[in-house]
Amino acid sequence: MASNVPKKYEKLVVGGKRLDGRKLDELRPTKIEVGIIPSADGSAYVEVGKTKVMAAVHGPREMFPRHMMNEDRAVLNVRYAMLPFSTSDRIRPGPSRRSNEISKVARHALESVIFLEEYPTMGINLTLDVIQADAGTRATAITAGAVALAHAGIPMKGLVAATAIGKINGKLAVDLDGPEDNFGDTDMPFAMVSTNKDITLLQMDGDFTPDEFKEALSMAKKAIEPIFEEQRKALLRYHE
Amino acid sequence: MSILQQNRQYLREKITSSREDGRSHTEYRPITIKTSVLDKAEGSARVTIGKSDVIVGIKMDIGTPFPDSPKEGILMVNSEFSAIASPEFENGPPREDSIELSRVIDRGIRESHTIDVGKLCIKEGEKVWMVFADINILNYDGNLIDAAGIATITALMTANIPKIEKDGTINRDGEFKSTLPVTEIPVPISAGLINGTIVVDMSKNEEKCADAVMTITTKKDGNFCAMQKAGPSALSEEQILKIAELSQKESKKIRSMIEKAVKANKN
Repeated sequence: MASNVPKKYEKLVVGGKRLDGRKLDELRPTKIEVGIIPSADGSAYVEVGKTKVMAAVHGPREMFPRHMMNEDRAVLNVRYAMLPFSTSDRIRPGPSRRSNEISKVARHALESVIFLEEYPTMGINLTLDVIQADAGTRATAITAGAVALAHAGIPMKGLVAATAIGKINGKLAVDLDGPEDNFGDTDMPFAMVSTNKDITLLQMDGDFTPDEFKEALSMAKKAIEPIFEEQRKALLRYHE
Repeated sequence: MSILQQNRQYLREKITSSREDGRSHTEYRPITIKTSVLDKAEGSARVTIGKSDVIVGIKMDIGTPFPDSPKEGILMVNSEFSAIASPEFENGPPREDSIELSRVIDRGIRESHTIDVGKLCIKEGEKVWMVFADINILNYDGNLIDAAGIATITALMTANIPKIEKDGTINRDGEFKSTLPVTEIPVPISAGLINGTIVVDMSKNEEKCADAVMTITTKKDGNFCAMQKAGPSALSEEQILKIAELSQKESKKIRSMIEKAVKANKN
């Protein structure tokens, strides 16, 4: 890999600052807005740097397909997709292996905070569309999904927000952007519940020593707090 | 409540003190690793953990490299939850669980740079070796990720690169050029959370009543190279760190079993 790295990316961290001027533990500028899709029961738009995601909730409503119905609780159905124009190379529409996996982990990241037992036999559909991708799309989609669910008025134990911890030039860093993700070494997407601080999404690829892993977890927990704040503010703004 | 639901509730209640098959919380079922179980494949392995049974075959073909890595061979990991393995598996396109399994194993191998893909280049930008690892589940009794992960790395370690004849055809029967350049042994260890208790190597019954599963793949040096949390429930930081510790310990034992099996295969 190292031999293919263009010269300008050899140093992703200079003097404790990253290429875009952020500190190692600093998130990209995050913007959250709710209620952007009028026909949905709940919706949200989240921007993290250049990554842009729209989320919409339809339901709770009659479960379809019916054979997926659960008599004890509602079924949360999550569909994550990168839209064809979201990256420099066009993405073929329709589900891919990657999007199938992310839909699954996003569902697991969100369903534990929803009081699904309040809506037996019903279905809740959550659509997560990435309209522009610049790394961290699954984290941004989960952050957006949680706000959209809250906006839909679905009772929840807390909010869920997500970010990623990566390793660039051997140093741990919060919320990698596109160039960092392409040339960085390690990536760990992470989601947490606002109330009890439980972890609902944890994936990792690359290389972590056990100590680095511990540090990455505590770094992620700290970094995620401002996202909860933005989520709350966006929901309050909507109801003003 | 059906008998099955009662069974699972009983299992959940009892889990703090004992497991259905009498194992301790950190104890694996017996593991067997067989190498070179197929003649037509470039490499193969069959692994059982308890009653879970997985076969992996490695096939190699010549293909064109990706434009962004013209000097590198290509690894593809695919899995099939064949309908023979469990009444709940259906034939047809791979479903979520199958896609997740192959992607988790793929990440463990790719991110640990297990295969020296630079050595799989035949002609830069034109021809490289494509390595296909096809995972087939023969019987499902829980913990498929670990079984499939062990089988995949074992099959890769025992795989031979076929010979390319002067006319460009692949000779799979003659003398082999060399073995696949494998430099690392990533081992995935999965542990589940059942009613607040962490257990490794869950059986099918245990998986059915687990709240969450965490797979952590560890390398020879004890560093982590891939992780995946699955299942509807959340995990606390302490629980995750406990699973990380378990995976370091257990992966050492399993790695030496793999090394032993590969060594026996060579002799």
